[in-house]
Amino acid sequence: MIVKSEITEKYLELYKDNINKISGISSPFFNSFRAAAFDKFNELGIPTKKNEAYKYTNLNIFFDHDYENYFMPVPADFIKAEEFRCEVTDLDAYGIVLLNGFYPTLKEKLRQLPSGVWIGSLNEGAIQFADKFEKHFGKYAKSETDGLVHLNTSMASDGLFIFIPEGVNMTRPVQVVNLVQADNDTFNQPRNLIIAEKNSKFSIIICDHTLAPQKFLTNAVTEVFVGENAHFDIIRVQNEHNNACKITNTFIHQEKNSVTSSNNITLHGGLIRNNTYHYLGGEGAESYSYGLFLADKWQHIDNFVNVDHAFPHCTSNQLFKGVLDDMSTGAFNGRILVRPDAQGTFAYQKNNNILLTDDAKMDTKPQLEIFADDVKCSHGATIGQLDDDALFYLQSRGINKREARLMLMFGFAHEVIQNIKIEALRERMDNLVMQRLKGELSRCASCLVKCM
Amino acid sequence: MLIINNLKASIEGKSILKGISLEVKPGEIHAIMGPNGSGKSTLAAVLAGREFVEVTEGTITYLGKNLLDMSPEDRAKEGIFLGFQYPIEIPGVSMVNFMKTAINEHRKHNGLEPLSASDFLKLMRDKKELVEIDSKLANRSVNEGFSGGEKKKNEIFQMAMLEPKLAILDETDSGLDIDALRIVANGVNKLKHPDNSFIVITHYQRLLDYIIPDVVHVLYDGRIVKTAGKELALELEEKGYDWIKKEIENNVTA
Repeated sequence: MIVKSEITEKYLELYKDNINKISGISSPFFNSFRAAAFDKFNELGIPTKKNEAYKYTNLNIFFDHDYENYFMPVPADFIKAEEFRCEVTDLDAYGIVLLNGFYPTLKEKLRQLPSGVWIGSLNEGAIQFADKFEKHFGKYAKSETDGLVHLNTSMASDGLFIFIPEGVNMTRPVQVVNLVQADNDTFNQPRNLIIAEKNSKFSIIICDHTLAPQKFLTNAVTEVFVGENAHFDIIRVQNEHNNACKITNTFIHQEKNSVTSSNNITLHGGLIRNNTYHYLGGEGAESYSYGLFLADKWQHIDNFVNVDHAFPHCTSNQLFKGVLDDMSTGAFNGRILVRPDAQGTFAYQKNNNILLTDDAKMDTKPQLEIFADDVKCSHGATIGQLDDDALFYLQSRGINKREARLMLMFGFAHEVIQNIKIEALRERMDNLVMQRLKGELSRCASCLVKCM
Repeated sequence: MLIINNLKASIEGKSILKGISLEVKPGEIHAIMGPNGSGKSTLAAVLAGREFVEVTEGTITYLGKNLLDMSPEDRAKEGIFLGFQYPIEIPGVSMVNFMKTAINEHRKHNGLEPLSASDFLKLMRDKKELVEIDSKLANRSVNEGFSGGEKKKNEIFQMAMLEPKLAILDETDSGLDIDALRIVANGVNKLKHPDNSFIVITHYQRLLDYIIPDVVHVLYDGRIVKTAGKELALELEEKGYDWIKKEIENNVTA
């Protein structure tokens, strides 16, 4: 018998009251998923600590709250968002501004960049690229245990659509600045779809900035298809205030010989949960999953990674690091599944954490499930303090203790940053991390967005 | 330059140094030899300011100041350098950033402006040549993935960069092949001038073929049991440490 919590009941009510409105603005194909997703959410509910995958993360305080906005922003909000422009001169990138995860649909709802890449709103993508949309949408975001994925599918109305046609090689990355801004407490559920067809190359940087002190809850689902021999990199920079909760669910589906990397860099945020699913769905695919977080005060940062080796001769590597100050808490759960046919698999995982105080707390859980025999897998997890010997080594050269601690923390973080392929972004991340470690506001000097 | 008087120190309650007295004058090279476990590295740790060693008695005066009152970083800025027996690997911290920070801390201490980027790189280049360190090593993270010999050469390189008044080399020769040993010794000899001093801690006489000490001390069971000129090192090489142990035991029984 399923006992539904009051919180889950609340979202069921919300669905019933608004399903007609949501369906009215979405594509019929999207709508065709809603009933089944709703049933699944009804069965699973909002995850609680009883759910093994959410053992260390309590979502109640954010889901048990009455938000005033639940759906996509209205045109008037987009006008405000248009006022912001991120000048990323040193970072040679195409800039896109989103509002609460939604593509501003005031002018062009979908546009083509000179390189041939299409970017726009999900609903517009569903119309203009109906065949592509129907081939990929809803195919990768699947979960038997996490109700939040289904909550998104049942109630999301729009989001970002990116289509990289076959053979398109985009050398400049796309930078998406996602402004989280509203006059009232807001719950957003953007739904994104990225289709990188075979032999294409694409990288995207998503920067989340909260611009208002209101309470925000985001439950985003992103589906990514990476075709045969395609290269895809996604970098998320999360910089949100302490009263914001961000849940990202990213499903990356890879075909034969494709290479992907995902990098979640959390500089600041009240409660963050990144669910990253890598599906190695063709021989010779490679997947790299990186994460770094810096937490203090009462912040809670949780990274959940699932790597699914379904085909032979694939490689995966996970590297996640955390620095926890004050009474902050963190969690890492890294699962590697090697299916019986996935012979010749290489799968690695490393999770290192530094606790700066006695009150900070970190839970880490490697989970390896290996059903093939010709496999190389390794994992390692550490939770510790700054190395006294290293600290003394730096001090013995004349570097004061405070500076030496900073250097060690920075060095620790840099091991993740150094995997960012775009040099200008790597340098910028190094600077942001340094500022954050020094306790200064982490803000891009050239970015006009004045983040909280 | 350095006056150690009746120094006693312990680690976790266990007495290691049992009354050491020693004076090092400007321009001198002192070798401290002795069997394993005699307290050589503990003495180096006390001089550099490691916290796990507790000084229970005695004084250390360095350039007229009470050394024991100074933090490790202040000792370094006042000109003390410790060459580590086991240099630490620090992933993610580049040699360039490490040295630049250290050099500029020293300069600040001496009332000087930070070095410009080009002057700093020139200094790095010059010192790399001086100590014959592979230029690629300086582009990597501090000691990360360095071989044993590379780590020791890197210590000498850092010493060349920081130009200490008093350098303490703690078993810098251990684990070195003959070429690396020569490079390390040459580095010391090139950096030696009438105003600076060295304390060379070593287990073997081998290093002292290349670095000629003015004074040789033998440390045994936390005490300096013998002090003589450079010929003492040769005698130890020939006879081992047993004759000294015997001598001490005889003295005790007599």
